[in-house]
Amino acid sequence: MTDAYVAMPEPAAAQALERTWRDPPGFLGWLAAVNHKSIGRRFIVTAFGFFVAAGLLAAVMRLQLSRPDNHIVGPDLYNRIFTLHGTAMMFLFAVPVMQAMAVYLVPLMIGTRSTAFPRMTAYAYWVYLFGGLMIFIAFLLAMGPDNGWFNYVPLSGPQYSSGKRSDFWAQLITFTEVSGLLVSVDIITTVFKLRAPGMTLARMPLFVWAMLVTAFMIIFAMPAVMLSSTMLIMDRLVGTHFFNPADGGDPLLWQHLFWFFGHPEVYFIFIPALGFMSSIIATFARRPIFGHTAMVLALIATAFFAFGLWVHHMFATNVPDLGKAFFTAMSLMIAIPSAVQIFCWIATLWKGRLYMTSALLFTLGFFFILVIGGLTGLILGSVPLDLQVHDSYFVVAHLHYVLIGGAVFPLFGAWYYWFPKITGRLMDERLGRWNFWLFFIAFNVTFYPMHHLGLEGMPRRVYTYAAATGWGPLNLLASVGAVVIALSVLLFIVNAVKSLRSGELAGPNPWRAPSLEWAADSPPAAYDFAAIPVVASREPLWDARPAPSHVTGLATDVREGVSTTVIDALPDHRYTFPSPTPWTFLAAVATTVMFISSIFTPWAVVWGSIPIIITLIAWFWPTREETAKHLALEKRP
Amino acid sequence: MSATHPPYPLGAAPAPSLETRGAVRAGDALDVRALPSYGFGASSLMWWGTLGVMAIEGTVFAMAAVAYFYLRTQADEWPLGVPPPKLLWGTLNTLILLASAIPNQWAKRAAQRHDLEGVRRALPICIAFAVAFIVVRAFEFTTLECRWDTNAYGSIVWMLLGLHTTHLLTDFADTAVLAVLMFTGPLEGKRFADVAENAVYWDFVVLAWLPIYAVIYWAPRF
Ligand code: HEM
Ligand SMILES: [Cu+2]
Repeated sequence: MTDAYVAMPEPAAAQALERTWRDPPGFLGWLAAVNHKSIGRRFIVTAFGFFVAAGLLAAVMRLQLSRPDNHIVGPDLYNRIFTLHGTAMMFLFAVPVMQAMAVYLVPLMIGTRSTAFPRMTAYAYWVYLFGGLMIFIAFLLAMGPDNGWFNYVPLSGPQYSSGKRSDFWAQLITFTEVSGLLVSVDIITTVFKLRAPGMTLARMPLFVWAMLVTAFMIIFAMPAVMLSSTMLIMDRLVGTHFFNPADGGDPLLWQHLFWFFGHPEVYFIFIPALGFMSSIIATFARRPIFGHTAMVLALIATAFFAFGLWVHHMFATNVPDLGKAFFTAMSLMIAIPSAVQIFCWIATLWKGRLYMTSALLFTLGFFFILVIGGLTGLILGSVPLDLQVHDSYFVVAHLHYVLIGGAVFPLFGAWYYWFPKITGRLMDERLGRWNFWLFFIAFNVTFYPMHHLGLEGMPRRVYTYAAATGWGPLNLLASVGAVVIALSVLLFIVNAVKSLRSGELAGPNPWRAPSLEWAADSPPAAYDFAAIPVVASREPLWDARPAPSHVTGLATDVREGVSTTVIDALPDHRYTFPSPTPWTFLAAVATTVMFISSIFTPWAVVWGSIPIIITLIAWFWPTREETAKHLALEKRP
Repeated sequence: MSATHPPYPLGAAPAPSLETRGAVRAGDALDVRALPSYGFGASSLMWWGTLGVMAIEGTVFAMAAVAYFYLRTQADEWPLGVPPPKLLWGTLNTLILLASAIPNQWAKRAAQRHDLEGVRRALPICIAFAVAFIVVRAFEFTTLECRWDTNAYGSIVWMLLGLHTTHLLTDFADTAVLAVLMFTGPLEGKRFADVAENAVYWDFVVLAWLPIYAVIYWAPRF
């Protein structure tokens, strides 16, 4: 029943759908593409590229730190390297890759053919790509930022950071935030308005919930850092005094605004990972996730608490003590929803029949790592202990346990899991297991010793240390681990390339998974579903087909879908999606020119806006041909 | 992978009737041919998109206002070394903005009625208002009594006013483009929904001004 879930349309109709939904041909067509799968794939590959680039920077750092008094990298270059490593990992890899997975998967999981605003998604992708390239090019030209990934003032302000380094950092934030915010609006609208008929909110997969909650968090958190980076660049370029205490400003304002975003940021990385885990665990335990509703509530609660936590990054500052007590309590509170989710998964795994695959292994690796990461987090979350280990390697260890354990492991699991959907071929399981065990062991070898280094007093962000400190052996161990991590990632790349060419054909649903994306072909046709499915349960592919089982009456010569109501997913109207256009690309180019030029002259904000406005108007302006098609299908509400 | 079907009961709850707004059951399928091809308000995707953008911009305004009060707590006197802004232009502009809600409402109502003539009458009036409040805004900047680089007070009031001014400009540009389109075509029914959503955004820009007005002009007087 699984494979035939979605009724096959007549071959002629399928051909017409394919013609309507595919990307236009040629290089120009490639630039004009708006299909959510094309954009999603590019987004994922690009984010992976930034992960590799930032990982190589980490390798250089570990090489430098592998023995005392090493001089491969000098202090200034080291500053630029850790800054770009941290910045790229957070802003160009971890957050965007999660959104990229959403752009690809959410429409498939909720049974539609596109995200709500595909042109905006394409624009968001280009802006992100150009921003990322800008910062790496600046790095190669020795103009890369060097004040750490949170770019604290006054170090990054006009007095202490001359040249353009800090400005590039501030503009990178603008690029990535524009992109992240637009994708969030797109995801929220998609989830609210484009779910297949019958997919009530209560029946929506946990993965989609996770992406929805994340999108909301981004909308309320990212503006804070956008505002603060704008203030910073204005302090630097036009002489404002937001952070300048001599003229009434305050450096702590930066810290508040940054961490109001920065703490939730960890959760925009972590919550999507929870969504991956729920999909993967349900499939390989062969049973629905235990406590679905509790899981949804826990996701929402985590998001709320995450906003109450920013001050815990500032325990070493002069925030009032009562405030610190409150935030310590909040830091401990957030453990409750996390515990609920972990217990629900354990219950699911316990009661299920496990199929051990690489995807599941990576997911299980999460549990082990998170327990350690979480415990070290509890230490940092309490004020006296935080002061003890503040700015030491303990923090570096903690942050990688949380980020790699909490997000990168589930993400690799997700890649093994959805690779067959995206490419049509399974990844090699044997290589997958090697990949997992190497990564898992090497990860602990790299980062576990850093806890000890921290307690022994090794500060973070130092380019070298004296032999007399006795930190040499543990650092060497950490560096060896880092090399093995690099090998395991290489193995992943080899596996992906090899599987792409000659992996076993997957078929629509190789894992016998329950959610709708597995009803589409692998790789999905340009139109995703030959017919939009109708949904009557949480695990549609595991349950009886509802009656009616699919939608008819949509046009095949226009990109048309069904829009449904927000809560009950009742049919509401037929929605026509926009078609491909090169203007999204050109608008992104114009935006890039404006953002980068404004680093050098504030007037760029004025003249640089003109091409942006022109491209946006051209993007919006409807063509006669399109309008004629729409009129033929029009029915007034 | 094992090919056995999962061993637990079929859980499909009966769907609520999906036959709404003209969707009808046709054998095994749900025929949606008769559904409307666009919608207004919460039914429209664009409306949700606009709401998302408003949430983002509203958060930016709120954060900027918080920054204003934060800087104020750090200062011994406020405003720093300059008198509070004079009320004339800002108050006048508040009145113009509030008044602009009226033609804006005409445009929205006409759009909801699919009344092309009505839309063509209302939008130019909206644009005239937009020109008026942008011009008055220029005078407002002169009443701040300081520059952005005078001190942190100057920086934050310029930023608040500047942020809102950006919205006036985008609102003006959006409305102007839409108005031209409504005169020249190509037109289809969905464009009326665009006009209605543009009106929602306009109301947001007007309403967002009220707290900003209070912060810039009245907070320093208390
Ligand atoms: C893949 C293996 C990785 C290795 C070997 C590695 C290594 C390092 C090292 C050695 C530092 C400390 C620099 C210093 O304080 O002197 C560092 C900092 C950092 N890493 Fe990683 N890292 C890895 C992956 C990641 C990932 C996946 C993320 C995020 C998703 C990440 C985020 C950060 C951040 C935010 C910093 C702080 C940068 C700063 O101090 O401004 N790292 N990493
Ligand atoms: Cu935090």
